[in-house]
Amino acid sequence: MSTFDLDSLLLLSSILLPLIVGAFLLFGAFLNKATRCWISALGFGWPLTVAVLLACFFEENIGAYNYELCLPTGLQSIGIYLHLGLNAVSMPLFLLAGIVGFSAGLYAIFSQVDRPHLYLALLLFMLSGLLGTFASVDVFFFYFFHEFALIPTFIMIGIWGGSNRRSVALQMTIYLTLGAMLSLLGLIALYIASGAQSFSLPELRSYLAANPLSQTVQNNVYGLLLFGFGILVSLFPFHSWAPKGYASAPTGAAMLHAGVLKKFGLYGLLQLGWPLLPLGAVHWLPWIIWLALANILIIGLITIAQRDLKLMVGYSSVMHMGYAFLGIATFSVVGAGGVLLLLLAHGLSVALLFLLSTCIYQRSLTLDMQQMGGLATKAPVLAAFFIAATMASIGLPGFGNFWGEFTIFVALAEDVSTRWVVFPAAIGIIIAAIYGLRASANIFFGQPSSGFTERLQSGTIRDLELHEKLPATILIIALVVLGIFPRVVSDAANDELSASYSLSSESRFPEILLESPINKIQLEETHK
Amino acid sequence: MNDLLIDFLRGFTNSNDWSALLPEVLLALLALVILVADIVLPKGKCNWIYWVSIVGQLAILVLIGSTFAIVTQPDSNVLFGGLIEQTSSSQWMRGFFSLSALFITYIGRIYLSKHTLAHTEFYHLVLIVAAGMMLLVQSSHFIMLFVALETVTVAFYVLVAYGRTSSLSLEAGLKYLILGAMSSALLLFGIVLLYGVAGNPLLSGATGDSLNYNQLSTFIELNASNLLVQLGALLVLAGLFFKIGAFPFQIWVPDVYQGSPTPVTAYLAVASKAAGFSVLLVLVNGPFLPLSEILIPVLSVIAGATILFGNIAATSQRNVKRLMGLSGIAHAGYLLVGVVASLVVPWAYYAVLFYLFNYLFASFAVFGVMAITADSCDANQQLDDYRDLGRTQPFLGGVLAFGLGSLAGIPPLGGFIAKLFLLFAAFEAGLYSLLFISICGVVISIYYYFAWIREVFFSVESSDQNNRTVEFSTADSVVLAIIVVAIVLVGVYPGVLPLMQ
Repeated sequence: MSTFDLDSLLLLSSILLPLIVGAFLLFGAFLNKATRCWISALGFGWPLTVAVLLACFFEENIGAYNYELCLPTGLQSIGIYLHLGLNAVSMPLFLLAGIVGFSAGLYAIFSQVDRPHLYLALLLFMLSGLLGTFASVDVFFFYFFHEFALIPTFIMIGIWGGSNRRSVALQMTIYLTLGAMLSLLGLIALYIASGAQSFSLPELRSYLAANPLSQTVQNNVYGLLLFGFGILVSLFPFHSWAPKGYASAPTGAAMLHAGVLKKFGLYGLLQLGWPLLPLGAVHWLPWIIWLALANILIIGLITIAQRDLKLMVGYSSVMHMGYAFLGIATFSVVGAGGVLLLLLAHGLSVALLFLLSTCIYQRSLTLDMQQMGGLATKAPVLAAFFIAATMASIGLPGFGNFWGEFTIFVALAEDVSTRWVVFPAAIGIIIAAIYGLRASANIFFGQPSSGFTERLQSGTIRDLELHEKLPATILIIALVVLGIFPRVVSDAANDELSASYSLSSESRFPEILLESPINKIQLEETHK
Repeated sequence: MNDLLIDFLRGFTNSNDWSALLPEVLLALLALVILVADIVLPKGKCNWIYWVSIVGQLAILVLIGSTFAIVTQPDSNVLFGGLIEQTSSSQWMRGFFSLSALFITYIGRIYLSKHTLAHTEFYHLVLIVAAGMMLLVQSSHFIMLFVALETVTVAFYVLVAYGRTSSLSLEAGLKYLILGAMSSALLLFGIVLLYGVAGNPLLSGATGDSLNYNQLSTFIELNASNLLVQLGALLVLAGLFFKIGAFPFQIWVPDVYQGSPTPVTAYLAVASKAAGFSVLLVLVNGPFLPLSEILIPVLSVIAGATILFGNIAATSQRNVKRLMGLSGIAHAGYLLVGVVASLVVPWAYYAVLFYLFNYLFASFAVFGVMAITADSCDANQQLDDYRDLGRTQPFLGGVLAFGLGSLAGIPPLGGFIAKLFLLFAAFEAGLYSLLFISICGVVISIYYYFAWIREVFFSVESSDQNNRTVEFSTADSVVLAIIVVAIVLVGVYPGVLPLMQ
């Protein structure tokens, strides 16, 4: 089990190095700017390098993990090991953390903040937690790393946040702690109810396949996980922390949290929900569908009403989580694959949008979209990037988001019982188009307000600079790659998800197979 | 009767193994040496007394650590005719109290250097309390328990009122005296009831020595439904609830914590509470175990009420010492959940001890910073006084953040793992409603712990606070750094505290 080969040490190093660099920077107030930049660039760059390397050498072996590493932590008595590894579902998310982390880091290194060493250190801690979250095979450490990444978010909002940062930070901390405690309770309940004496995901999976839990237990555990994770992913009506928090968060924290950290809950449901608790999942199905539709439609309408650019991006990210929840509710390989694709694409696009929003703010000095206008004349490259990001987030073909939403719709339509959902969910795309296009139009084209006209004419507005262009380009390239060739992710993920999903369907829930014999459909067919 | 007495005495002298109590004896001797030194040494050399106390305690701590394996060789070690029973958990707690006393002596000097008060007596009393607590957790006889408890309590009466020049300290001393005496009376009344009923030859299983835990245990097992037994047990527990600050007996906590000198507050908050809990654990898992049918509901209600009271009352608190007191009540509630669980799942016993150790580290980080930042009137420290500490004194601010974070149970700090074990135990014991209350409590506690961190780090735009200079020595920062390392180490690698094996 515990092999100390080079790959797994590489994986471990990608989590530890940001941590070490961050700890060093914490005491690095004395460092001069150049040293600080290079050191933190190492901390942000190494995980991306490792993630790309590991992705290149990824070998598909279904049901098992690559690059496994298992270390004792003193919690062996309750079956907890620091068990790292990557499979076809977690590998893309690990890569996402690497890409978004590098872009956010690159941008943060060159941004002007008070006490930059502390800022970079916290961002590095966050990155380390994120990488650990998705590299964990052990469910406990999966949670542990997530919490570890969450704490820097609160501190960063509190210190460097925008409007109302003190109360927003406190509010977000309390709200997310509630979500985290509920999910922790759910995980402990899962551990104790299962009797598997292990927190390792594959062991839990095989143990529960042989000894399924009773309906009541599954309902309760799934409920805890759904609402615990739901709060963390901003499921309606537990979303109110998200837009305000993101609007106030410093750019790096917003990019990493909205882009990567928030994916924790959905990834958790993807890996734990249906594969381990199929009866509970079916029990909560109507809830998920209705709440997810509320996410799409109600939050969608609220998004349209926003005048503040960052609030709009924040609300739109809440809205798109609704699609992911719908994908979770399909209980099919296609739907789950769609969720994975959407998580990746949304992570990239929302991080890009937050990055560009800050760039816009630095030029316009306001976030009120109705005051802006005509910015494209002064900053055409910025306009191009922003419009591309908006298109991606709407779900235009060519960007990754399209495949995510599309496959989720296909999965919904394939099951008779959920076919009706496609219609209201499709309205969401129109809503997204309305606010996305209107925002682009308001900011970059049209008549600016009188105050803003002066600002435009003052000649201080410059187009995107290199340190802004570079991270944005990285994110755009990743989005386009995912949009044009989604098979880089979907091929391997399809096999992996088929294995874990069919295991649970066949052994524990035969009737669902009778109702919808869809699980055999390959993702690639829908791509063509 | 005479034969019985002689037998008892013979057994007593045969089991008089003073070497097993060497740490306590040495602590008491050290306390006396300090008093003598105060007379013998020339005036103005009170620094020496401090160093004698510190070095002596370090040696005793090493002694406890090195004899750990020997003392706990057989699973339990009954000494002094059944007055003392040494187990691995009591050995852990001896280390706990010795560690506490060491730290209290350390921050005691910081406090005393800011006040014109006598030094020697303070160090002396701290040692006496530590020795008393060590005996307390090893006692397996109610006489031993009461004598040790009174030693501790009487010393605390003096310590709480030690700030003679502060009216708040005197008020706290008076409150602690009156309520402490009341709790001792409750405890004693309970003991008397048990003594009387267990010695009644008309009842089955009447014992020869009805104050001995083991004999009492067999008696209670046969007479679990006897009203006097139940009443006696509940009164004994009521006396202990006062010590740990559990719900209906918590009313003294905020005032006494606020008025006491900061080191004494820390001592009360950590060591006194831990002593109460280890005695509670010994009692409910020993002589009172047959009563678990009544104890589980009673303790559960008290645990739930304690968690809610502590957390809700702390939310509106701006005075940091009262805040620590009220949040300490909440922690007593979580620990009580562990005590209830220990009646069902035995390993929860060690989860409680594990929690106590983490509570020690976290509290000492906070109290250490409090002692350093306090000015001459340390009873009135407000949250506002900590404004911008993270900017003016990043190190102290960081230590405070680690301490508060661990108290709040944030990963990857020790407090999180400790809470995790308690939640596990509660889950296995099936205490779902208590779990729910604990979760609510944890979420509420984020509000006030985070509010403190917010004052420290998240400065307001127009910060016009008086830039009071806070001074601390390199030694202070080393001590605080060691505590922070302990907090993080236990959180990241819980195996360093091998309690849960």
